[in-house]
Amino acid sequence: MTTAVASAALPAVAQQEQAAGSGELVGFFALGAIALGAAIAVVMMRNPVHAALMLVTNLLAVAGIYALLEAPFLAVAQVIVYAGAIVVLFLFVIMLLGVSREERLGGGIPLQTPVGLAVGAALAVVLVAGVAGPFLGPEAVCGPEGEAAAVGAGEDPQCAGLAEANEAGNVRGVGEILFTDYVWPFEVTSALLVVAAVGAVVIGRRHEPASDLVDGAEPSGAGSGTGADEDGEVG
Amino acid sequence: MVPAGWYLALAAALFGVGAIGVLVRRSVIVMLMCVELMLNSVNITLVTFARMHGSLDGQVLAFFVIVVAAAEVTVGLALIVNLFRLKASTDADRVDELRA
Repeated sequence: MTTAVASAALPAVAQQEQAAGSGELVGFFALGAIALGAAIAVVMMRNPVHAALMLVTNLLAVAGIYALLEAPFLAVAQVIVYAGAIVVLFLFVIMLLGVSREERLGGGIPLQTPVGLAVGAALAVVLVAGVAGPFLGPEAVCGPEGEAAAVGAGEDPQCAGLAEANEAGNVRGVGEILFTDYVWPFEVTSALLVVAAVGAVVIGRRHEPASDLVDGAEPSGAGSGTGADEDGEVG
Repeated sequence: MVPAGWYLALAAALFGVGAIGVLVRRSVIVMLMCVELMLNSVNITLVTFARMHGSLDGQVLAFFVIVVAAAEVTVGLALIVNLFRLKASTDADRVDELRA
C-alpha cells in the first residue's frame, strides 16, 4: 500500500521539481545543509542517543535528496528501512545496554583525533576532485534545462536525466529491472537476510553454563555446538 | 539547475565526515552509525550517476546496498550486545585481546 501511495504522490513531486528548475536548487541547498550538519553532529555528539537522533535527521534529508534525484521509490524505501527499522534498532540497543551517558573523547592512540581529522578531510578532498570534479560545470545539469544549456554551450549534455526511464513511473521501472535483470541477486539477498537474522539470534544469545541447559549433556565449549543445532533447525 | 557534480561533492563530504567519525570516535555504537553515514553517501553517488546515464540500474544497486546495510546493522548490533556482556563497555580501545 505504501508503494502505491509513493508511486501516486512522489513522481508528481519529481515532475514539479523538473518543471520548476530553481526548485531543485533550493531543495538541494536546504537538504544538503541539513544532511551535512546532521552528519557532523553525529560525529560530535557525546551522548549516543543524541547521535542516533542526528543520524535519523541525516537519513531523512538524504531521502529528500533521492526524491530530488528522480528516485522516489528509493526515497520511500530509505524512510521505511533506515528511519523505521535501523535507527530504532540502534536506539533499542543503546537503551538496552544503558550506555547513554557521555563517553570520553580522545585518549587511545596518541594524536588519534588530529590525524583522523586530517585523513578524513584529505579523503573528502580527493573524492571531490576525482569523482565530482569533471561534472561541476553547467553542461552537467540534468534534464531539459541541461540539454538547453548544452546546446547553448555547443557541447553534448553530460547528464541524460531519467525522464525517459521513469516514463511509466519510477516504481514500475525499478520493479521491472529488479525482477528481470537482477532477479538472481534479489534471491541471494533473501538468503542473506535469513542468514543475518539467524546469525544475530545466535550471536546475541546469552551463553549459559552447560549444566543449566535442559538437556544438559553438552560438554563445555558448547557455543559452537548449539549454534550448529540452531542453524539446522531453522534451515 | 543543479549540476550533477554538486550532488557528488555533497556525497564526498558526507563520506569524509563518516570516515572521520570512524577514526576519531571510540564508542563502537557511534562507529557503526558513522559506517551507515558512509554507506548512505555512496548511495547518493549511485543515484546521481543513474540519473546522469538515464538508466535505473544505479537505483537498483542502491536498493541492494540498503538491504545489505540492514543485514550488517543487525549482526553488528548483536556483536555489540555480546561485547558489552563481556567487557561492560562499548569502548573500542578496551577490546585489545583475543581471549574473552
